[in-house]
Formats: sequence, C-alpha cells, structure tokens
Amino acid sequence: MAETITRNVVLSWLSNTAAVLQENRDYLVELDAEIGDADHGINMDRGFKKVASLLPELAEETIASILKKTGMALISSVGGASGPLYGTFFLRASNAVSGKDELQTPDLVALLRAGVEGILTLGKAQPGDKTMVDALQPALEALEKARADGKTLTSALQDAAQAAQEGMHATIPLVAKKGRASYLGERSAGHQDPGATSSYLILNSLLDSLEDDAG
Amino acid sequence: MKKIINNPADVVQESLKGFAAAHPDLVSVHLDPIYVTAAAAPVAGKVAIVSGGGSGHEPLHAGFIGEGMLDAACPGHVFTSPTPDQMLEAAKAVDGGEGVLFIVKNYSGDVMNFEMAVEMAAAEGHRVTNVTIDDDIAVKDSLYTQGRRGMGVTIFAEKICGAAARAGQDLKSVAALCRRINENGRSIGVALTACTVPEHGKPTFDLPEDQIEFGIGIHGEPGRERRPILPADELIGGMTTALLEDPRYERTARSWDPDENTWVEKTIVNEPFHKGDRMIALVNSMGGTPSSELYIAYAKLEEVCASKGIHIARSLIGPYITSIEMQGISISLLRADDEMLELWDTPVLTPALRWGM
Repeated sequence: MAETITRNVVLSWLSNTAAVLQENRDYLVELDAEIGDADHGINMDRGFKKVASLLPELAEETIASILKKTGMALISSVGGASGPLYGTFFLRASNAVSGKDELQTPDLVALLRAGVEGILTLGKAQPGDKTMVDALQPALEALEKARADGKTLTSALQDAAQAAQEGMHATIPLVAKKGRASYLGERSAGHQDPGATSSYLILNSLLDSLEDDAG
Repeated sequence: MKKIINNPADVVQESLKGFAAAHPDLVSVHLDPIYVTAAAAPVAGKVAIVSGGGSGHEPLHAGFIGEGMLDAACPGHVFTSPTPDQMLEAAKAVDGGEGVLFIVKNYSGDVMNFEMAVEMAAAEGHRVTNVTIDDDIAVKDSLYTQGRRGMGVTIFAEKICGAAARAGQDLKSVAALCRRINENGRSIGVALTACTVPEHGKPTFDLPEDQIEFGIGIHGEPGRERRPILPADELIGGMTTALLEDPRYERTARSWDPDENTWVEKTIVNEPFHKGDRMIALVNSMGGTPSSELYIAYAKLEEVCASKGIHIARSLIGPYITSIEMQGISISLLRADDEMLELWDTPVLTPALRWGM
C-alpha cells in the first residue's frame, strides 16, 4: 500500500478530479436544479478543467505550490460561492503543507483540517446546514480518528472518503441554512446537496489516485 | 430549448460583443477577465460605482453603465457570481481618484467574490468600499439562512448613487446613501414559469400550468412556496400587502472601511413602511411577462398603496432585473426622501435607462 502522497499523486489527484467532475457534470447540475440554479456542475467542470490545463507547467513545483495555484485557478474560474470556498480550501491546504516533498498521514490531516477551517471561516456554515461542510467535516473527523488509531495512510483516507460519502447522503433530509438552497426553506429537504456531492467526489478522487499509485 | 443563440457556452461573450457593438458611445467591453466599463471612464474626481453578478439578469448590470449610473459592471457566467479578478480589473479601470463603491446583491457567491475583490483592490492602494443590497422580503427566518436576497432595490441604488457620484458626493457619503436606500427598500417576486439556462438546456424547475412560484429570487431557483395562480388583483394585492406589512428587519453586514483598511460590521435596520410614505416603485418583468400585464399589476399596486395612505411618487415599469425568459413579476418599493427623489430625477444616459439627456 502506498504510504505517502507524493507530488505525482497530487498531480494525478487533480487530473483525476477534473475527469470525475466532467463525468459528473450533468449529475451535479441536476442536483443543483432541485434546490439551486442548476449551475454547480458547469462551474466545477470549468474550474477543474482550468486546473488540469495548468498541471503540465506545475509538474516540477512543490506540493504546496501546486495546491496554491489550484486554489487561485479555482477562484478565478469557478465563480459563485463554490469558487471562493474551494479556492480557499486549496489555498489554506497549501499553507499547511508548505515545505513538504511528500505527505504522510499527519500532513494529510493538517491539509484537510486547514482546508475545512478555511471553508468554515469564509462560508460560516455549521455542520447540519446542508452544505459541503456536511461531507468534509465528517471526513476530517474520520481521518483524525484513523490517525489516532494508527491506521495506514490509505486506510485512513478510505475511512475519510467513506465518511464523506455518508455525510453527502445525510444531507438529503436536511433543511438548508446556507447558500441558494436556504431560500427554499423546507422545500430543500429531500434533496442531496450538490456541494457536499462535489466535495465527496474530490476527496474520493484523492483516494483513487493514492490507490492507483500503489499499483 | 428554443433560443436565439449559437453554442450555449458562448452566450455570454457573444451577447456582450453585440452589446458593445450596439452602444459604442456608452460602453467598452473587456474580455479576459470580463468586465464592461463606461466609455467615458475613468472620470477624474468622481466616485466610481461598480456592480456585477451572474449573467442572465440583463439589462442588470451592464445595461446601466453610462452617465449618471454605473461606471463598470462585471458579468459572471449565467446565474454564477463573477470572480474577484474581474472586479479588481474593473475597479482599476474606472477609479477616478475619488474611490470605488461596489454595490453587491446579497447572494453568498456575490458577497464572497466581491469581498475578495475589495481586499485585493485595497491592497493595491485603491480607496474602496462595498454595500450589500438585501431587499427581498420572501426569505423568512433570515437569521437562519443566507439572508434576504438582493433584487430590484439594486436598481434604485445604482441610479440614485450614480447620480450622487456625478453630483460630486464623496465615497463615504455615496456609500451611506446606498445603505439608506437598502434600509428603505423592499421587494417581492413571483414566477409563472421557470427559465432555461443555455448550458443546462432545460427549465430550472417544472411548474404545472395552474401554479406559480411565490417568493422567488432572480436565479431561476424554486421560490419559497408553490401556490395556485390567482387573478392579478388578488396576486398583486397580496404581494403589495406583504411589502407594506413587512415588519422591522434588523441584521448586520460587513463593509470595508476605506480609511481604517479593515472590515467593519454594521447593523442595518429596515423600519416598516407606514401611512404617508412616499415611494419610488419598480414593477419588473422577470423577462417573459409583457408590459400589458405589468401595467395591470401597477394599477393594483397603486390602488392598494393609496388605500393605505401611501403615495407612489415615481415608477419604473419594464424588464430591468430579469431571469432570462422567465414569466413572472417582481415589485420593489423604495421609501424615498427628498434627496433620493431629487437624485432619481437627475438625468441619466445608459443603454437601459435614459431621461433628461
């Protein structure tokens, strides 16, 4: 099992994410049409296509630099609330792994924690508000627990991705308190949150890249 | 989907190019990043007014660029907030030395992207501040949600503040006026149909023939609730009563202090409307509702206001803040003081609004 996240894994993660978000573009649009304005899939696809286009020139840069430029690319291309939120996630994540040539479990925890804290500070959502936080916060907690339990990196990330998926599904009955869905009040219940969905997809894509790296 | 477009992904750019070609005396369009400026900008010694938001609400905002209203507008993708680099470049392009006021509609994306732009512009040495418009009364329990949406009062703010800037008021004065407009304005909207975002290709929601969405925003999302369609008198009567009876609304909002270079939380309060108030009214088509229906609505609006001792001093009737081709209507009322009325009346020359010159 691969026990470090190398630069190659990071590059593969971002490239993989672009492919996943393209595949899921219409799905994310449909989710967003139910409780929003039907553009989440379009925006995320556009943003990560921009990121993917930068990857060749980032191939020799540090992990922190790659994450930072990812954040900046998302801020300038996604728009909406997702742009600043995901952009901030990657910018804060970048700061947390400054100077690292590869990431072990504690580094991944620091990366995810910094990213989630950036989103919480900027977006001001609480868990239960029916947002991306409802996938990312459980993922962070699962990752921290796995680390405390001494699990391997891959195993810890599997736990995190599973928690993100469960968190994503758990948004279905929630009434939205943030973002465009919140204007719908009770009508937002019964629909899966698009932001929680894209968060899960992004995190799961990291897991796939790590598992592929191990061969 | 039947639209007069080519490739759905190119709608915004192609439309902007046509807009620039149709109004070369008034506007200039910049691509990469995308922003639109007044042909005369920067105007030295005048506060510059910059706004923006997702495309799909035309003529808001670029249609209001010109003399006496906006100096620049930043269009995002359809129904998607523009990105900070757009606002930064627009601010730099139109700053005439007296500072820049960003007028921001209250949507989480708009607020976040404009706040990032404020910080970026301030970091580059520009005097800048922001005011958020949150006039939609349909959002209940606003403390537990994103807050009220920015709707038609945005247009009142852009016109009146544009006039104030042209008259030589300074940045803090124009910003204070903008806040006062927000604190005296209310809006509410209904949709008879959904709209179709070009890149999505289908209506944003399914609405049966006999139903309307009550309490909509401007991004084609479902409203607060679905109700049966009513005759105009009942529908407009109900909307007007809702506006006139909306209670006191208090919340806080962040503004950049251009002197201290820091964020400041301000308490914002909308006191209720009452008898004797004098209003500027906007009866707005969401894009697909014809003017004949708007005028039917206006008649009822005026009648209900008059019955409560409220006088409509000025009116604006037409498609001004739209959701592409949605059939629907929004009503905005601004309780206007003498200064607001005087500034409303001053000449304005933009593609979408023109009087006095």
